[in-house]
Amino acid sequence: MARIDLDLAHSYKPNPAQDSDYALLPLKMTFEDGGAYALLGPSGCGKTTMLNIMSGLLVPSQGTVRFDGQDMTRATPQQRNIAQVFQFPVIYDTMTVAQNLAFPLKNRKVPEATIRQRVGQIAEMLEMSHQLDQRAAGLSADQKQKISLGRGLVRPDVSAVLFDEPLTVIDPHLKWQLRRKLKQIHHELKLTLIYVTHDQVEALTFADQVVVMTRGKVVQMGTPDALFERPAHTFVGHFIGSPGMNLLEAQAGGGALHIGALSVPAPRALPEGALRLGIRPEYLALTEPGRGGALPGSVRQVQDIGTYFLVTLDVAGQTLKARLSPEAERPAVGAAVGLQVLGSHTCFYKNEELVA
Amino acid sequence: MQLTLSGISQRVGAQTWLYDMSLAPTPGAVTVLLGATQAGKTTLMRLMAGLDVPSSGSVLVDGHDVTGTPVRERNVAMVYQQFINYPSMTVYDNIASPLKLGGRPKAEIDRRVRELAAKLHIEVFLDRLPAELSGGQQQRVALARALAKNAPLMLLDEPLVNLDYKLREELREELCALFAAGDATVIYATTEPSEALLLGGWTAVMDAGELLQYGPTAEVFHRPVSLRVAKAFSDPPMNLLAAEVAEGGARLNHGELIAVDLPREATRALTLGIRASALRVQPRPGDVALPGRVELAEISGSDTFVHVHTAVGELVAQLTGVHEFDLGAALTLHVSPTQVYAFDATGALLVAPQRRT
Amino acid sequence: MSVQNKPVNQKAWFLILPVFICVAFSAILPLMTVVNYSVQDIIDPERRVFVGTEWFVQVMRDEDLHAALWNQLKFSLAVLLVEIPLGIVLALSMPATGWKASATLVIVSLSLLIPWNVVGTIWQIFGRADIGLMGHGLQALGIDYSYTGDATHAWLTVLLMDVWHWTPLVALLAYAGLRSIPDAYYQAARIDGASKFAVFRYIQLPKMRGVLMIAVLLRFMDSFMIYTEPFVLTGGGPGNATTFLSQYLTQKAVGQFDLGPAAAFSLIYFLIILLFCFVLYNWMQRLGQTEKEGGHE
Repeated sequence: MARIDLDLAHSYKPNPAQDSDYALLPLKMTFEDGGAYALLGPSGCGKTTMLNIMSGLLVPSQGTVRFDGQDMTRATPQQRNIAQVFQFPVIYDTMTVAQNLAFPLKNRKVPEATIRQRVGQIAEMLEMSHQLDQRAAGLSADQKQKISLGRGLVRPDVSAVLFDEPLTVIDPHLKWQLRRKLKQIHHELKLTLIYVTHDQVEALTFADQVVVMTRGKVVQMGTPDALFERPAHTFVGHFIGSPGMNLLEAQAGGGALHIGALSVPAPRALPEGALRLGIRPEYLALTEPGRGGALPGSVRQVQDIGTYFLVTLDVAGQTLKARLSPEAERPAVGAAVGLQVLGSHTCFYKNEELVA
Repeated sequence: MQLTLSGISQRVGAQTWLYDMSLAPTPGAVTVLLGATQAGKTTLMRLMAGLDVPSSGSVLVDGHDVTGTPVRERNVAMVYQQFINYPSMTVYDNIASPLKLGGRPKAEIDRRVRELAAKLHIEVFLDRLPAELSGGQQQRVALARALAKNAPLMLLDEPLVNLDYKLREELREELCALFAAGDATVIYATTEPSEALLLGGWTAVMDAGELLQYGPTAEVFHRPVSLRVAKAFSDPPMNLLAAEVAEGGARLNHGELIAVDLPREATRALTLGIRASALRVQPRPGDVALPGRVELAEISGSDTFVHVHTAVGELVAQLTGVHEFDLGAALTLHVSPTQVYAFDATGALLVAPQRRT
Repeated sequence: MSVQNKPVNQKAWFLILPVFICVAFSAILPLMTVVNYSVQDIIDPERRVFVGTEWFVQVMRDEDLHAALWNQLKFSLAVLLVEIPLGIVLALSMPATGWKASATLVIVSLSLLIPWNVVGTIWQIFGRADIGLMGHGLQALGIDYSYTGDATHAWLTVLLMDVWHWTPLVALLAYAGLRSIPDAYYQAARIDGASKFAVFRYIQLPKMRGVLMIAVLLRFMDSFMIYTEPFVLTGGGPGNATTFLSQYLTQKAVGQFDLGPAAAFSLIYFLIILLFCFVLYNWMQRLGQTEKEGGHE
């Protein structure tokens, strides 16, 4: 269990001059001891680079990595005592499950009795006690990932467990079970867990704090709730939520807000000029057209997604999406509706940054 | 074109990969093949394309038997999950290749290639090689090539699975629009129930080599004919509770009575299914209460998934909005009996919730 | 239930006719000739007598043949025992990326490019006590080395020459196998604190199984048929210390013009190699299978 402090930048070029030369733009971040964190972002955003720097598989071109205050920038993964679970299951084919789990302890010359006890404990936590003597090579993908995870947990003094998109090869209904298992383990062992993914559902359900990244830059770090309700950047608004945040072009001037043909008094203090109004599909309410303060629009498509209706709307030349509960009135395709876009959940952006 | 698979099965050596099944995908519509990995989706698609010959049964196109016809002579386009493109040809040549093989005049090829590239937003990459593009862009090239062929049957084998989450969302929307605009019969294989629901159209649910149900997607989702279909087609997994027939409905193991209208011939032992979204925290009149302890709460932006340990089993509830729960706290979940599925001892559906249509 | 009517295209047969004719002339007809000779006594080109299986029986009883066979088996075994591990060690030490990797690959492959009789000649000179580096060096160390005089020295020299000539092949195959292992395995091993030997034993060796199987088969077949290099180096001597099977066969057929027994023996030779390879291949395949199926319940 350790607290990790990062104060670094990373570039694969010897003399980085501009932003695009950096794989990781200069950042300063702290991962508290025992916290569950997720690094979320699209491919190429630098999240795996950051993970590899933390695990010691990569040395940052500038800056430091500290574990509990100690400079570990150049320390090996072993010295840092971290464990890492990769995208595809990495197991030793020739060994049984028990031997796989015992491997890290054997390398540290831990006494046989302690190894057996520890392996038994971890196997039970992962619900694999009855498979200990099976050959690891013959198991399914999710069981192999559990073994990979187990190898990391079996060391009692592991400082942090790092995950690099571990559920990529797992079937959807097994993903549920594994995610639940990970959260249980976090709760029981209180380890520092850092999870890299491009899947926002995984990130939000797993982590206490999510770090959203794009193109080597950390855009926002916060709780899933904060990222959902008040994204600091339109990228976060778009990336989090399925579908992402709706963004409307708007103009603010003289205390009024103009959205397309609609003009309303500005709901809060807004900077003058061109703005973008952000409202999540979950909070976009439909009413009758012509209601005060409602934007006129028409329904283009209604999809039944089982647990909700996804409505695609044409509004002032732009496309918006709304999520309706299955108990709500199902709108007809082509119907004219009014959209309530102004509310407590609405966010305003100028130059992609949150301003109100 | 009407594709009909009649009584086909596929055996390789001693293993049966596909059990006897018949399927006639609705022409001009999207049919989703939904199932876990190894369910037989790829095997079935290969039979449809003509890459393999079924061990028994026949494949018919518009009434003609094409079972032995090799794929080269059938008019089929296929897109794979591994972004397959000709690596030494530029994007332009890749998209043009089926048109060139079809012997089309040069002017027409050029027009069509640019049209498709614009549709898939890759017109700026026409001179590049596939290796220089990102995953999403490579898959767009593969899609454009498949569309260029203009085949009446288009097969897509989990085409978005190797892409980022957000990219998948974007491309899926574009695919829906492309499919709707064309009139080809599209067969789309996926492991994710949510993808099937987002694509709409029709769904064929497969499990372990068997075809379990085929029908309009929403219909299959809301009325699964068996327990296996319900299990395969739900995300998060459906809560399943053992129960017995009792006076007035079904009785759970711990004694709660759920008032469901069971048919007279129902077997004694039942399985009740409750979707995670049907469970509520706030009770409404008529709800059955299921008290328990919170084991885990997962917040995913707009929803909270709470795992509750109750006397009748482990339940997962999907609640809208963000709710904070203390681990170990007591929590009672409520469900309306009208929202409960009932399956008999063999797994066949007895009762499904009524939908407002 | 319809009948599977796979359309049969007869036109394809015409396309392979040219290849068929070439193969017939270069392989099948000569093979048939050998079979023909093996059941006849050819006293001279005009007079032939059919003798049935007499040659086969005689060949099986031939003492000299047994000696050559035994010699050959020892040699092939020694070759495998030395070249396979040495090749693996060489592959492990070769750099994986960069210009150094390309340079090393070229240098390592050099001995594979030399014509085989030149290899024999190189070692002939190399081993001479007066002008050869090795011969002279060994003499200087006090060893009375003579590959023409001492049977053991001759045998070992032939072995050493084969190792020098062919280990790079094993190394190249093993190198290819090593490059195909994803980096994540090495990273995981680093994190698990595995020693270099553990990494070799639990990751590299199992993942190289496929290529090693090919290497073993190739080296076995080639060493079992070896002719040019030992012939040039020692001519089969001293005595018949380095007379391996193929040389024995040639002596019989060309030297003594005993075409009948030679033909019979070639057929037996061919069948022995086939049998060994079949057994080896199946054994290694089965090893791979049990690994895969080991975990199923």
